[in-house]
Amino acid sequence: MTSIQEAAQTLLKTAIGMVPARWLPGGTPDPLMHKHGLIGAPVSRLDGPLKVQGRARFAAEVPMEGLTYAALLHSSIARGRIAAIDTSAAEAAPGVVFVMTHRNAPRLSPPVLMNSKPKAAGTSNLPVMQDAEIHWNGQPIAVLLADTQEQADHAVSLIRVRYESATAITDFEASKGTTRVPRDILGEPPSVEKGDAEGALKQAAFQVDATYRTPFQNHNAIELHAATLAWDGDNLTIHDATQMVTHVGWTMAQIFGIREDQVRIMSPYVGGGFGGKSLWDHQIVAAAASRVSGRPVRMVLSREGVFRSVGGRTTTEQRVALGARSDGKLTALIHTGTAAMTTHNDCPEQFTFPARHLYSADDIRIAQRIADMNIVANTFMRAPGESIGTFALECAMDELAEAMNIDPIELRRRNEPAKDPTSGNEFSSRNLMEAYTRGAERFGWDKRSATPGARQEGEWHIGMGVATATYPYYRMPGGSVRIRLTADGRAIVSTAVHEMGMGTATVQAQHAAERLGLPMDQVLFEYGDTALPDGSMAGGSSQTVSVAAGIIAAHDALKTALLKLAGNDSPLAGLKADAVEARDGGLACRKDPSKQESYVSILRRAGREEISAEASAAPPLEAQKFSMHSYGAQFCEVRVSAITGEVRVSRFLGSFDCGRILNAKTAASQFRGGIIMGLGLALMEETQRDPRSGRIMNPSLAEYHVPVHMDVPEIDVIWTDIPDPHSPLGARGIGEIGITGVGAAVANAVYNATGKRVRSLPITLDKLL
Amino acid sequence: MTPFTYARPADPAAAIRASADASQARYLGGGTNLVDLMRERVERPKTLLDVTRFSHAIEARADGGLMIGAAATNTAVAADRTVRERFPLLSRAILAGASGQIRNMATMAGNILQRTRCTYFYDEASRCNKREPGTGCDAIDGINRIHAILGASPSCVATHPSDMCVALAALDAIVHVEGPDGARSIPLVELHRLPGGHPDIDTVLRPHELITAVELPALPFARRAAYRKVRDRASYAFALVSVAAMLDVDGGRVRDVRIALGGVAHKPWRAFAAEAALRGQPATEASFAEAAAAELAEAAGLRDNAFKIELARRVIVATLYDLAGDAA
Repeated sequence: MTSIQEAAQTLLKTAIGMVPARWLPGGTPDPLMHKHGLIGAPVSRLDGPLKVQGRARFAAEVPMEGLTYAALLHSSIARGRIAAIDTSAAEAAPGVVFVMTHRNAPRLSPPVLMNSKPKAAGTSNLPVMQDAEIHWNGQPIAVLLADTQEQADHAVSLIRVRYESATAITDFEASKGTTRVPRDILGEPPSVEKGDAEGALKQAAFQVDATYRTPFQNHNAIELHAATLAWDGDNLTIHDATQMVTHVGWTMAQIFGIREDQVRIMSPYVGGGFGGKSLWDHQIVAAAASRVSGRPVRMVLSREGVFRSVGGRTTTEQRVALGARSDGKLTALIHTGTAAMTTHNDCPEQFTFPARHLYSADDIRIAQRIADMNIVANTFMRAPGESIGTFALECAMDELAEAMNIDPIELRRRNEPAKDPTSGNEFSSRNLMEAYTRGAERFGWDKRSATPGARQEGEWHIGMGVATATYPYYRMPGGSVRIRLTADGRAIVSTAVHEMGMGTATVQAQHAAERLGLPMDQVLFEYGDTALPDGSMAGGSSQTVSVAAGIIAAHDALKTALLKLAGNDSPLAGLKADAVEARDGGLACRKDPSKQESYVSILRRAGREEISAEASAAPPLEAQKFSMHSYGAQFCEVRVSAITGEVRVSRFLGSFDCGRILNAKTAASQFRGGIIMGLGLALMEETQRDPRSGRIMNPSLAEYHVPVHMDVPEIDVIWTDIPDPHSPLGARGIGEIGITGVGAAVANAVYNATGKRVRSLPITLDKLL
Repeated sequence: MTPFTYARPADPAAAIRASADASQARYLGGGTNLVDLMRERVERPKTLLDVTRFSHAIEARADGGLMIGAAATNTAVAADRTVRERFPLLSRAILAGASGQIRNMATMAGNILQRTRCTYFYDEASRCNKREPGTGCDAIDGINRIHAILGASPSCVATHPSDMCVALAALDAIVHVEGPDGARSIPLVELHRLPGGHPDIDTVLRPHELITAVELPALPFARRAAYRKVRDRASYAFALVSVAAMLDVDGGRVRDVRIALGGVAHKPWRAFAAEAALRGQPATEASFAEAAAAELAEAAGLRDNAFKIELARRVIVATLYDLAGDAA
């Protein structure tokens, strides 16, 4: 059962008696939802100075006494078994402390797959280094510890392996012959049928029916995956680079057969996550080797190691077919396709999610399939599904607009749904067309010629394209927040969440300060450590609202505790928690602010050094009740060389509707970062996996291209800033939506420039010659 | 990286002696390619002889030529006033390559001797006749979008990745070397080999020979030059196709021309056939197209790289057309 399914079950429990969340109908609206003070302000990141001074200590930099350095050996076949492995030369090499293979590894339980249990972090459920079986080309098959990294890197090359190869599925084209339907897609059904979409398509006055292809892409955060770890008896401490400390801790405890409280994970700074920094083999084998050798271990994956042992965005082939009446109204919307996966993970790449709610088509057909391959387990990578799903869907919309001679924005306007077309739920807040209107005006969309190839400067064709961005609202169940108030008037807000550069710590300090009525410098936000109350994972763009909901819950509990402590001698005597609000470093009566007392006064009178309250947020029922999504309109201008087919993005604007924006500065950076990653997706990112061997041939940033500065124009970002009445603080997540729609906006601009439709990513110049 | 010893000989003669005395020695320039290859275990020298302190002088000759010390960094050469005045092609080609940081380290000789970017050459688990002679070539039927369309062999379809060398080929550069048997000079266009049956041997350099300088002979029309590099992103990517060209037009006719191509062959490719086809012809797009066709007559594509033939044709024509326009 997935976390989301569990949340759905909780809905039932709530219906029979639990107090609903305050942002559900009937709840008291959060007064901070509309308050402008610290919330929304462009506060600079609190971790900024530490990072630019090099004083923020990352996982690979933590010093330890007697540290050993690890190196991995990766398999060079895709499937089969290790017939023989000779480690003698490696063991004899200078500085080598220990070599671990399946022959001498301690017995370990397989990782529990993420989403199958509330705190599971596993990205694959294969046993790790427990047998001779090979499941993908690049699988770690030995780990070596040495006194220096250089010794380890050299010695690991001395290990000799003889394989018995078995037939492997390493070619996506061949794998499509045998596909299967996944059990579910992140808790959602793999297929949806509303009416007879195929029949409606055949009858439609206008039709588009096309196949779109997207390649495998690898995670390339600047910070390499790293863990520095040590055992003390049966207690394991890991300084990890992860976006899920609580989950890694719980899962490692299961793997090693110890209690959850015997594992401590610390991850105060993460140099980029994007979905890739979860639990992979490297942490597990490093901890196992440390346990056997009795030495602390530093494991830093090489860039090649990241490519070989950490999955990425998987390969897809998608069909989008649209049928429309002559007035532009969609009668048929079909989005089907196949994603590559493995039999040992559960990450079906939800590319059909956007088509489930974006357009009010009469008849809808959605169906996703899986092609099992012998590859590294694919995983979540910034807007998994939505990034490439919007490429297919939003290119198809552009193709339909072209076929009907309607402006692409107008076509979307005519198909704007009144409620969710597949679930039937009301939208919590949907202002997509407003985002389009604002974006179009600012970008100068009216200057676009509807005729492809109409604008040219010298050898450069110039074109404009647009596409819808969308990403679901998620709020993770589980996790809690503790707020401590001290006698000197400070607040410490604690929960084991993550700062991967998004601005989490800054934004939550802003929020907590505003909620507590304290200046920001009196508030400390503690995170990234399993010694703190359990935190939600940084995934699904959910962390901000998950933490915000936790702070609200803890604050409610804190107010009750403070009123109790204040007692009958306080001006607040007799008031219930609902009747008071935070103000000027204390509590005040909502209706009569003259009745107030400061936190310092309450604590001093009670003779207390501090007061603390911890609470978990109510389950995310709002997402069951409403169709909750963020939206955006992506505008792109490209220049395409008529001679070489080179594409240069000359202008870009993202106009977003993501509820209330909590920090204008960090939000702008998140949006821009997503768009830049989207430019890479559109134009260059592609894992070159040799279809014969399943081996990744470009495991380096020299040959795996991501955008460089010269590929990135000025990017303008704007937002509606309309609070979502049904989410904590009126906010929805913003970390992933920036990448969605970008692929289509670029492809549509290329079409407008050249008259050439490229339906296969990335749009490299050879496809335009 | 396989352990090695590091030494810094005092002068070229000492370096050559040290190389001859040591087993498996390599000369070390900026290390931007060699050290990478050592990390990848493609190169496993036992001795590194650091030659970065040898001549890095850039000497202008009275006859209009130039002598550049082998240890001059790419950044220094690209920025040099005389280079920019007399041979702007060289400066432009260098600046089209790598990144600022890499160019700061990379040397003249190191750039010339950099090895292919073929991904199968870099991967120990793949078969590669260049890395391990006789094992076969996984690139020929593999992922070969970046591979050669000219001069390839059944043993190897790798390309030479340098931008700078494309300019040097067009400029008739002469490479000065010293070795155990004395000094000699080699035209750059003859320094790099085609793969044939021995793709493991990149150049005609003999064992222990050390590049000491690169000479650029005077070329009166070198100022009318263009370097056009086509790649998969705007910066920091190797050329899919690049064209270096210099054009001398007189009365609407091509009096003289130099053309070289990058990204297309196992060596920087001097387009002699195109040049011959153009001399004396009208400086028109039609002539340029005929010249390009002559040069590419023997070009052959693999699974993924056939587009380069058309791309090379277009870029040759466009580059010459632009130069002719400048002349008019």
